Order: sequence, then C-alpha cells, then structure tokens
Amino acid sequence: MVIKFQNNDKPVRITGAKDMPPMPAALGSMRQNKTGSWRNVRPVIDYDKCIKCFICWKFCPEPAIKIVDELPVIDYDYCKGCLMCAEECPKDAIGFEKEGK
Amino acid sequence: MKKTMMGNYAASWGAQLARVQVIAAYPITPQTLIVEKLSDIVADGELDAKFIKVESEHSAMAACIGASATGARAYTATSAQGLALMHEMLHWAALARLPIVMTNVNRAMAPGWSIWADQNDSLSQRDTGWMQIYASSAQEILDSTLIGYKVSEKVLLPTLISFDAFFLSHTMEVVDMPEIELIDKYLPPYKPEYKMDVNDPRSFGALTDEQYYYEFRYKMQKAMDEAVDVIKEDGKEYEKITGRAYSLIHPYRCEDADMILVTSGTIAETTNVAVDELRAEGKKVGNLRIRVIRPYPKKEILEVVKGVKKLAVIDRNISPGYSGIFSQELKSALYNEVDIPVRSYIAGLGGRDVKIEDIKDMANDTLKNDAPNDLIWKGVKI
Amino acid sequence: MRLTIPEHEIMTPGHLACQGCGGSLGMRYALKVFGKNTMLSIPACCWAVIDGPFPYTSVNVPLFHTAFETAAIMASGIKAGLMVQGKDTTNVIAWAGDGGTFDIGLQAISGAAERNDDITYIVYDNEAYMNTGIQRSSATPHGAWTTTTPVKHYKKGPKKNMVEIMAAHRIPYTATASVGYPEDFCKKLEKAKNTKGFKFLHLLAPCPTGWKYDPRYTIKLAKLAVQTNYFPLYEIIDGIHYKQTMKVKERKPIKEYLKYQGRFKHLHEDEVQFFQDFIDENYGILRTKLE
Repeated sequence: MVIKFQNNDKPVRITGAKDMPPMPAALGSMRQNKTGSWRNVRPVIDYDKCIKCFICWKFCPEPAIKIVDELPVIDYDYCKGCLMCAEECPKDAIGFEKEGK
Repeated sequence: MKKTMMGNYAASWGAQLARVQVIAAYPITPQTLIVEKLSDIVADGELDAKFIKVESEHSAMAACIGASATGARAYTATSAQGLALMHEMLHWAALARLPIVMTNVNRAMAPGWSIWADQNDSLSQRDTGWMQIYASSAQEILDSTLIGYKVSEKVLLPTLISFDAFFLSHTMEVVDMPEIELIDKYLPPYKPEYKMDVNDPRSFGALTDEQYYYEFRYKMQKAMDEAVDVIKEDGKEYEKITGRAYSLIHPYRCEDADMILVTSGTIAETTNVAVDELRAEGKKVGNLRIRVIRPYPKKEILEVVKGVKKLAVIDRNISPGYSGIFSQELKSALYNEVDIPVRSYIAGLGGRDVKIEDIKDMANDTLKNDAPNDLIWKGVKI
Repeated sequence: MRLTIPEHEIMTPGHLACQGCGGSLGMRYALKVFGKNTMLSIPACCWAVIDGPFPYTSVNVPLFHTAFETAAIMASGIKAGLMVQGKDTTNVIAWAGDGGTFDIGLQAISGAAERNDDITYIVYDNEAYMNTGIQRSSATPHGAWTTTTPVKHYKKGPKKNMVEIMAAHRIPYTATASVGYPEDFCKKLEKAKNTKGFKFLHLLAPCPTGWKYDPRYTIKLAKLAVQTNYFPLYEIIDGIHYKQTMKVKERKPIKEYLKYQGRFKHLHEDEVQFFQDFIDENYGILRTKLE
C-alpha cells in the first residue's frame, strides 16, 4: 500500500519500518521545518516607504516574502534573517531589529 | 521455437522477450555480443526501447537507475572491470529498491589482463543487495532474465545473472525461445507503487539519518527473505508455461548420495557428467548446483545435504587470505545445524579448464580423506 | 503590480540552505520557469542537504538524489525512462554543484553532451566543495582561500573554463548566468526549456559561508561578478554563436568584488593586479568570439 505524500506543514509520523516506504521516498514537506527560529535579526518593512517594486520578493532565497494584496509580506515562520531584502531595497524601506531580547 | 545460439545471445533474446524499455551499456569483452545483438534488435524495431550508449559502465548502471526510478524496465550487461566500476551504483540500485536486471559475464579481474572465466568479479559484489544468479546453460540465461524481472519487480530488488566467459558466453547451445504471448502473460508491464511522477512529486534517496537508515536495511533484508519463496513460486509458474523448472538450488543425484559436490556455473554441468561416471564406478556421489547465492538458500541446502557424510565445494573464485567463497557460505550454513566435514577446492581460476577428470579427482580425493580442508588448490603448478 | 520574473512559486520555504544562499535562490528561479512538469537529478552537493532529510522534501517536483559523478547520466536515464512511457514533455534537469560538474562529474556530462541527450544541466557554482566544508575544486578562482588551499598556499591557477568545454561539444545551448540578474537567468532557463537536446547553464551562486561575507551581500556580489567582467553573462548557440546578454559599459575594478570576501583577504596589491590582468585577458578572448 502506498504511503501518501502529506503536503502541509505538519511533521510526518513514523514509529518504525511499517510506516516507511521500501526506499527513502519523501512523505512530507519541509514546510514543517519553521526556519524562522534560525533568525538573529528580523527584517521589517516600512510600508510608508515601500514602492511595491517587489525586489525584496524577487531576491528572497527561501522564499519567505509573499505577495499579499499587492504588497510584499515577510513570513516570519520561515525568514532566516539574511537581510538580502534590506540590502537590495532601493528605498531603504526594510530595516531590522535584533531577535530574542 | 528452438534456435542454436551462443550464451551471450540468449541474454539478448531474454532482454527482448522481457520487453525491456531502457538499455544502457558499455562494451567489454566478453559481453560485447549481448549489446551488439540488442543494438540490432532495437535498430530493427523488434524491441521498443531506448538504448543509451553510455561512456562508462558506471554511467550504464546510473542510467538504468534513473530509467527504473520512473517506472521503466531497465537492462544492462557487463563483465569484470565493468562490474567493478559500477560498484557504487550497485549499492544505489539496491537501496533505491529498483528491479533492474543485469547480465554479467564472469571474467577474471586484472591484472594481468584476463578475459577468461572466473567468478571473482560478481562475488566481489555479493554484499551490494542484488539477488545473484549463476547460470549454467544458455537456456538458463534466457529463462533467468525473464524470471529475474518477475521476481525483482515483486520484491523490489535488482537481479544479477552471471555466467562463465567463453565456456558459456561464446558456446553454441540449443535454446528454446518461449512464445512472446506466453511471456507477456507471465511478465506483465512493470507498475511500481513508488516512482518519479510529476503528479506525486517526492524526493528519492534524501539524507537519511540514524533514525531511519537502519530500518531501510531491515526492510531490504525482509525483501531478500521474501525473495526465497518468490523465486520458487515464479520458477514453478515458469515451468507451467515452458516445462523448464528453476529454483535456488539444483541437486543432481543427491537423494541417496554419501558425498555431494557443491558447484556453480559451467563447472556444475561438467560435474553432472563426472557424477554419472562416478556412479557407474559404484560411488554414491551427487552434485548440488547453487544457482542463487543471494538470497542464500540455507534451508534448501540443508534439506539436501543433511544426511551426507562429506561435502566437497569447487570454487572458481577465491577470497584471498581465506578461501573459496561458495565454500565459506556453505560452511556458515552448516554451522550450528549439522556436522559434516567440508573439503574446499579452488579450481579453474582465470579460465583454466576444469575437466571431467579434474572433478573426478576432487571427488575421489574427498572420498579418500575424512579430514575437512579449507583450501585445496586443484591443479596449481608449484 | 509589475513582476519581472514568474510569480508562481514551486519550491517551499523550510529548506536547509544557509542564510543568504545563492544556490537556493537559483533553484527557486529554475523551478519558477520550468514548472511542475519537471524532474530533478541531484548528486552530492549542498542541494543534497538543502532539499531536506527523509521523509521530507522542499522542491515539489520529483527529485532523485544520486551519486556525486552521475548528475548528467541520471538525468539522461530519467529522460529515457519517461520517453519510453510517452512522457516526452516532462523536463529533466540535472542540478549540481561545481565539484560534481567541473571535477568528478565531468566524464558523464561529456557523455550526455556528446549524445545530445535532451536534458538541461545547471551547475550552481559556489566555487568550492561547500557541502563538505569549503575544499577547493577546479572551479575555485585563482587567489582564493579554501580549507584545502590555506592562505600560505592559496589556490594558484585559473578556474577551469567549463563553458568552453561544453561549447566544444557543439551542444545546442550553453549560457552563463548569475543569481544577481534573475531576469537574464529566467530568459535563459526559458530558452533551455524550449530547446531540444543538451543544454548547459553555468550559474554563479555566491556562498556567504564559503566566501566569508555577510549574507546580505549575496546579490551585491552576484552583480559585481558581472560588472567586473569576472563572470560575463553570455550564451552560445550550437557551440559557435556567442552572444553577450548583458553588456558592461565600464567594467568595475576587481578590487570592488574581492573586498567583501574573506577568502581573498590575504591577497596583496600585486596579487590583486595579477587577478585584474587575468580577468581583462580572459574577457579580451571572449570579446573576439562575440557576435
């Protein structure tokens, strides 16, 4: 019987060989891995300065910047805090704060 | 339909009858005839397959793995150095649980360059997770290819079919070609549960830490255990359509034997003749041909040998620093089960002929001597 | 809203790339253009880890993890398997690092290119064996520090010219690209997707971990590499027709590119000049081929 691929952000439950396919075939999505916890600094978008050029969205390697209602929105569940978005923003509309104070 | 053909061509026709879909191969003597014939078969449109003429055996196995991962039936053939070059990918195919079937013409490893019969090439791949068959006739090469796919696709383990260079690869024998209609029924198209499919996108073979790797090995062993019965069942089903029976071991005149010779490959065929002659001399000897060494048919072997007084193993291979490999395997099977002295002979390395007289010598030597012996070099010139 | 690259995302976040990884950004772009009807062959490289451990994945297309030297032939095997099952339209990408391409995988790439197998080979080049801990590869540039080319014995000699090797195979499409210019990369991906035969894309993918720079500068460096003529952007049709896809009006001095990177920190003025001369010479050779 085929073990279905679970395409969500929940961990896959495996208790032993019986829950595994014969070969290492994926059973779930890395969405379950909330990489936001890696972050030392948190980029913050100042929407007053944002010109909706989406350069930040374009250069996010996760991708952890979504387009919501025609605005770039950082998904802090996954943003690793590399600050490429802040560096590349042509209007300096992305600042940052230290995490974990 | 009966045809006279070389053992190599029996492998080609076997692949054709199995309707392999992707062939990837690299030439090496004495395998070349297999892939030359398949090139013709594909070029003539007699087989609907893609033939990738790769730049190395390593790539031949990798291409078969890729094709098999998408659900295609994949085939390759090689020998000696080529098989050794594939080593990394043999593990890959087995752990990815892909039912690839490969023909290997048993040839000695270099140096010195030798193109002649010797089992060290395939036995060096014993622990890669492939099922291993040693054929002793051209007919068996063809039949094993068909049975091989059927078994492999059930248990999800690849099959390696080996046979002796020249003694079989280039020797003409009469081979009965089964009707394709019968084979199509016997071997339906491969439909794997897990495969690369854009509608069910998964990764295969990702980083697997200690939480899970161990269990994948456990599952592989379970598949090998299961394969023992599957090989028997699929062999019986094949007998129903062709009249030819195959199992993991093939005993010959072993029922009432006092002493059994344990053999494989073409030496086993010669041993049958030697056994007949020895029997005519009043000596109660038999021949147990080991056809499948992985999965190892321990229970089946014990069933045959349990009553005999002595065993003699003839190995056309050697694990340097210990002894013949079939001999080691047999002794480990006997240990804790029965106490039978085993005399182990090395013979025919690098294609040296092992004649009927040689086999009779070894049998008589064993009949004469009660003491077990781990390593006797038959015919070595000192 | 005006986007310059496709909006649709296939790769999911949650993957294991380091912060600021150029290689993960490259994959994001490649999948955007190639779409869901795509399969990946990935050998040992950073991406063997980035995708995620069993039982997880982050690419959302079928991916076969394979041995170091087999990215190209694995892709060829996958493509052959698909073709015999009537799935000719599925794209197959071999996605490998520079070690798996310039070094150990070269033989299989050459084989697949010579046969003109219908696959797209993309090397995301971070200029060393980053996944195993920054050891030098034949893609490591002259002057660079790596863990096997310590400062006292920094890498001597130029980076292997992989693009020229591929062009020599007369394959239908060869191109360079940089993650700093995604529009250019996406155009090239589109061309590769719509070309039959063997396609080779050489993508420069800066690596903050291995190049020793602040992750925020990945795009800056990916752009500077082009603006200094260190990594010109061009394409080669049928191995002979060279076309520059991004013209650099006034090339910036290589110093601008090197100064952000810890791996070049030890270079003295004369060594930087040597680097500069080498780049100018290389670019001069390329210019003679441009149409």
